[in-house]
Amino acid sequence: MRRAILALTLAAPLAAQVSYERILRAASEPANWLTYSGGYAGHRHSRLAQITPANVARLKPVWTYQANNLNKFETSPLAIDGVLYISEPPSNAAALDGRTGRPLWFYRRSIPPEVRACCGQVNRGLAVLDDSLFLGTLDAHLVALDLKTGRVRWDTTVADYKLGYSITVAPLAVKDKILIGVSGGELGVRGLIDAYDAKTGRRLWRFWTVPGPGEAGNETWAGDSWKTGAAATWITGSFDPETNLIFWGTGNPGPDYDGDVRQGDNLYSDSLVALDADTGTLRWHFQFTPHDVHDWDSNQVPVLFDKFVATANRNGFYYVLERATGKFLAGREFGKQTWSKGLDDRGRPVVIPNTEPTAKGVMIYPGMHGATNWFSPAYNPNTGTFFVAVREEPTVFFKGPSKYSPGAFFFGGSIRGVRGLEPSGSIKALKAASGELEWQFLMHSPPWGGLLSTAGGLVFGGSAEGYFFALDSPSGRPLWRYPTGGAIFANPVTYVVNGKQHVSIASGHSLFAFAVE
Amino acid sequence: MPTFERLLFLWGLLALAPQTPSSLPHPAERHYAASCAGCHGPQGEGASGPSLAQAGLERAATEQALFDVIRNGIVGTEMPGTRHFTDEEVRQVADYVRSLGRAAVRAASGNAARGEELVRAKGGCQKCHTLRGRGGSLGPDLTEIGARRSPAYLRAALLDPEAAVPDNFSTYRWVTVIPDNFLQLRVSTRDGRRITGARVNEDAFSIQIRDLDGRHYSFWKDELAEIRKDWGKSPMPSFRKTFSDAELDDVVAWLLSLRGGS
Repeated sequence: MRRAILALTLAAPLAAQVSYERILRAASEPANWLTYSGGYAGHRHSRLAQITPANVARLKPVWTYQANNLNKFETSPLAIDGVLYISEPPSNAAALDGRTGRPLWFYRRSIPPEVRACCGQVNRGLAVLDDSLFLGTLDAHLVALDLKTGRVRWDTTVADYKLGYSITVAPLAVKDKILIGVSGGELGVRGLIDAYDAKTGRRLWRFWTVPGPGEAGNETWAGDSWKTGAAATWITGSFDPETNLIFWGTGNPGPDYDGDVRQGDNLYSDSLVALDADTGTLRWHFQFTPHDVHDWDSNQVPVLFDKFVATANRNGFYYVLERATGKFLAGREFGKQTWSKGLDDRGRPVVIPNTEPTAKGVMIYPGMHGATNWFSPAYNPNTGTFFVAVREEPTVFFKGPSKYSPGAFFFGGSIRGVRGLEPSGSIKALKAASGELEWQFLMHSPPWGGLLSTAGGLVFGGSAEGYFFALDSPSGRPLWRYPTGGAIFANPVTYVVNGKQHVSIASGHSLFAFAVE
Repeated sequence: MPTFERLLFLWGLLALAPQTPSSLPHPAERHYAASCAGCHGPQGEGASGPSLAQAGLERAATEQALFDVIRNGIVGTEMPGTRHFTDEEVRQVADYVRSLGRAAVRAASGNAARGEELVRAKGGCQKCHTLRGRGGSLGPDLTEIGARRSPAYLRAALLDPEAAVPDNFSTYRWVTVIPDNFLQLRVSTRDGRRITGARVNEDAFSIQIRDLDGRHYSFWKDELAEIRKDWGKSPMPSFRKTFSDAELDDVVAWLLSLRGGS
């Protein structure tokens, strides 16, 4: 009987409710990781300070969990009361015991073979609200799972995968709603951000990222080009409870490389949109790359601090905007770029002539994959530092014919690397208010891993060669590394199990958990 | 076939023929120019990639095989896939590639048997190159070189090796597991040793090197005082003075016959 009571006590946290209020105050319970970026402000920073520059050398793997699928493993785990909740490629989910890595349940979804995803059958993570988890799927559904068992509570269709839609983004739970975006920017979809009732799966609002006829912004698309304008929404946004605004990045206009067929600025592609959380109404937008022809999606996590929203954009520039209005306040190059003379006083790029793709090809920095990409930046609120993983890799851009066919790739050209030019990368620390460089740590290959900042004074990151590493946050000095053996395409998280701070990252086809011995 | 359709069909063939002068090239020709010509040559004559101007393509004997090669690329080679093409475009490019094979091709003029002997003895090529499992590892394996390079490219590489340093960065890759550019390095260790050789692998923290004698080294970068990377350099000598023109033809003919297997 006594043993039974003990078992019940241990099991109790599993049933814990993750209320909206808990997510709102996520920073004050750093033992858990309750939403994609660790909190609504998009900081990917933790107040945990057990692991420090003094003891990080003793950080050791405590378990490794192998995924059941060989696609890229891009999950950012949630950690709730000692249990990790992850998505696995293609659209599966699992609960893992935080002490051992042993699975507690597994949700497996079969994906129709005709689903097209531009860049791998991947998924970046889950959202939690109350006692449900939420998973976007490659066949463009949103699924609610029982937190304790992984059983399906509801399953709703977001969009038609036969038209090129898919979902890889981690949803965002706000109040009683689940927000979700879509992928499909290379397949001529019309982008959207949706909100669903967390209890029922009923759609509450939809924001089209490409405005239709009669709506403001539709005039920035020649003819019917808005219909296939893309502006996909495949990275989780941020939320500001004070202004009740959702901030969400949008992707490239379609077709990617042929701008001739879509003359105009192509709103709201490559933009940050600020939406009313209750209604989905657009409050403001800021377009980073008007009439983009280089596939520079603005699908980066918006970082909120003070009265600002900041982002290091795929186009090579770092931006600081006024959060309530979207007004451009500061901008600065943070990665190598050869397409723009700079930003004007409204933040619009001054484009250098003859930098658009041609039939013969034009070499441009940043390349197609940008000066940074979807992997998360981190922000340390104690020092006001913005950390970002930077890619230095040019691309030769070709313009080609673009013919739209529903559900087929719609590139309008192609890309190639540059002979004799080995790509590289770095981790950079920027003064968040200005984008001014504080330090950089040189990588070998361009990174695909996001960053995690901790109050312990560390920045964790991952390399394409498979090192999970820790840098000293004030100086960028490397303090610790672990060779995981697979390329890292994921964001790190931190949490507490049995009183001990852990860090975790997916690499290759495995999830690793580390703690100080 | 009704006359009109026959005319249309003939017009289609004409439009596909590479010699057709046209101010508005067929889409397939534009796709070929953008995505294929860089390695296979504007007329399919070959360059760093093999010639396509031949009647039969080894890796694409059937229409389906050619479609698959264009769509998916060839694993382990520099040939990338073309996910940016629609199925229809892949078929158009495949037709265009076949049309290149119908153009007249000049055969390699040398004597392959004599070339084999020159490679073995006078050239001493196997000191650095592996041929059918035998030879050194300082340079690329040549066992399939005939299936991968054109005659003109091979000849140019023999005369000016640094114009033909292997390099796959032109093919887009998510990650590079092992670099394949035989980058020449000069490193010095903190304890005063100097090592010259080819880079085997590298990451942010470590580097692996093979020296001219085939010895392997692995260093953490903080153990090294200096790493010099000799971009574009090759330890291969020019064979301009070693081989006569006729001998070069023979060597090229032998290299072209190397198409994998034994």
